Amino acid sequence: MYITPEGKEIFVVDGHTHFWDGSPENQANIHGKQFIECFYAYHSNLSPKEQLWEKSKFEKYSEADLYNDLFIDGPDDIAILNSTYLKEFYKDGFNTIERNHMVAKKYPNRFIVNGAFDPRDGTKALEYIHWMKETYDIKGVKMYTAEWNGSSKGWRLNDPAAYKCFELCDKLGIKNIHVHKGPTIIPLNKDAFDVHDVDYAATDFQNLNWIIEHCGLPRLDDFCWIATQETNVYAGLAVALPFIHTRPRYFAEVIAELLFWIGPEKILFGSDYAIWTPKWLVEKFWACQIPEDISAERVGIQLTDEIKEKILGLNAARLYNIDIAARKAEFAKQPVMIAAE
Amino acid sequence: MIAASYDPTELQTLPPLEQVWARLDLVMDPELDEPVTDMGFIEAVSITDLTNGHNASTVEVTFRLPTYWCSPNFAFLMAESIKREIEVLPWVGQAVVMLQDHMAAAEMNAAVNSGASFGSVFEDLHPGEDLSALREKFDVKAFQRRQEVVIKALVALGYTQAQLVDLRLADLEGVALPDPEDARQKGRYLTILKAKALANAPADLALPTYQGVPLTVDGFSVYMGLLRSVRINMEFSGSLCRGLKASRYKQADLSGEVPILVDFALSEMPVHIAG
Repeated sequence: MYITPEGKEIFVVDGHTHFWDGSPENQANIHGKQFIECFYAYHSNLSPKEQLWEKSKFEKYSEADLYNDLFIDGPDDIAILNSTYLKEFYKDGFNTIERNHMVAKKYPNRFIVNGAFDPRDGTKALEYIHWMKETYDIKGVKMYTAEWNGSSKGWRLNDPAAYKCFELCDKLGIKNIHVHKGPTIIPLNKDAFDVHDVDYAATDFQNLNWIIEHCGLPRLDDFCWIATQETNVYAGLAVALPFIHTRPRYFAEVIAELLFWIGPEKILFGSDYAIWTPKWLVEKFWACQIPEDISAERVGIQLTDEIKEKILGLNAARLYNIDIAARKAEFAKQPVMIAAE
Repeated sequence: MIAASYDPTELQTLPPLEQVWARLDLVMDPELDEPVTDMGFIEAVSITDLTNGHNASTVEVTFRLPTYWCSPNFAFLMAESIKREIEVLPWVGQAVVMLQDHMAAAEMNAAVNSGASFGSVFEDLHPGEDLSALREKFDVKAFQRRQEVVIKALVALGYTQAQLVDLRLADLEGVALPDPEDARQKGRYLTILKAKALANAPADLALPTYQGVPLTVDGFSVYMGLLRSVRINMEFSGSLCRGLKASRYKQADLSGEVPILVDFALSEMPVHIAG
């Protein structure tokens, strides 16, 4: 729960968090080492100084760190834990569903664990989707179209094999498809982070919600165009939001552009924990106003408190059928759990 | 940019290392439209066989990028440009480019230095990729970004939309923009405008689209929206790249009085003032 300076309670759903193990012990090769180092560079580059972590903690933080940073020190009420396997880089995977589930089990109702699959695995991917649904009753998945798999360095959402998987997701009620479309962090086929495949998939799977993480930056114009046409395409703010500290004017331009094109109902807050922690992000976001000249260029668009509340929680709650009143009552009875260990 | 000219003949009065650095100012990060020198990508320059005269020297340039994962196609474009711009100097026989700390460094260096094409080396990573199409795409973005800076600066000076759509090349060349960054971008805008043959004669329209279509007052706001979105994308990459490069190599704050290791490392390079 975030309490605004005026005393208003804001229900926060953190749309993008991780519980990874990028430690040297888990790294399978140089790529694993370089991957976590790149994440750490994002962390040290965009975080306020007082929020910087030691590299060793960043590589592998504890369950207690995660719980504390999100829910005790941080303002999150519910966090969506995404799974990212990267089995070619990490011996036990970077951030598997099993690892996420272990921590989610300890803190009931705090986490929504999303699965992941790779359509290039063919029938095995379909079996895996069934398994994730039966074992963990997942409501969403995280797609990483630039992930390596054997000789392939990427795939597209509208590949025939991917469509088979999305058909199954639709059938099983796995409604929320989070897609990493953002800055380059893996060498890729030029098209692997291109956003145009979202257009095809969102048109062909109207029942599914397509949450485009990092709102497609640095392809914001393409993303806005698609998200304006497709009612089921959403923008995740992870990575765009931290600019609010280093370059607040730039963040204001991005959020103004998103509000202008896709409106306040389709934007989701996400900290991208542990790259960034939610406390400072939410505080700065609540304090953010769009400068007058930027607003004037876009028919006077404003970032009102009402809009902020939607972005911070109401929009994600709608996608994940979260009963906010019920959860608030429950958390009020048991505000924070002290970590077991 | 400080060099008065990048012409190889006029550069001859400068020491050889400075000639090389001046030519390196002409190499852009294609995604950002900023010189690789300003971005701090050039790690070291060395020259061998300097005394042997025409076409005799070998120049070796090492460069490194913000992340291990930077797109190989972008890196390849920069490596090729570095080689080409340096080999223009009459005393240079060969430029050898060495990319460091990159996932594809070995393949890239071998390819660039032997003159092999990108597609032949990175077929598995970027199947069917045509780098000339990519270069063209980046040219469009560079044109649009520079043009937006110029238009916004002119608007700040009081130019109306009607005046802007009718602005001639001679008018634009004659306008002094007070902000140094605006003035720098105006120079760069004029360069690309002429290079693409979009305006040559003094009476040619100074602010056409990249396709050579004149702007109209009716379409002005929509067009500015397009330029803005190009800038927002490029600024995202630019800001991340600068920050990631600094974080990756822990670039030191050189304002301190006590010299540290990096000072000694840097002192081996010529004094080169970015900007």
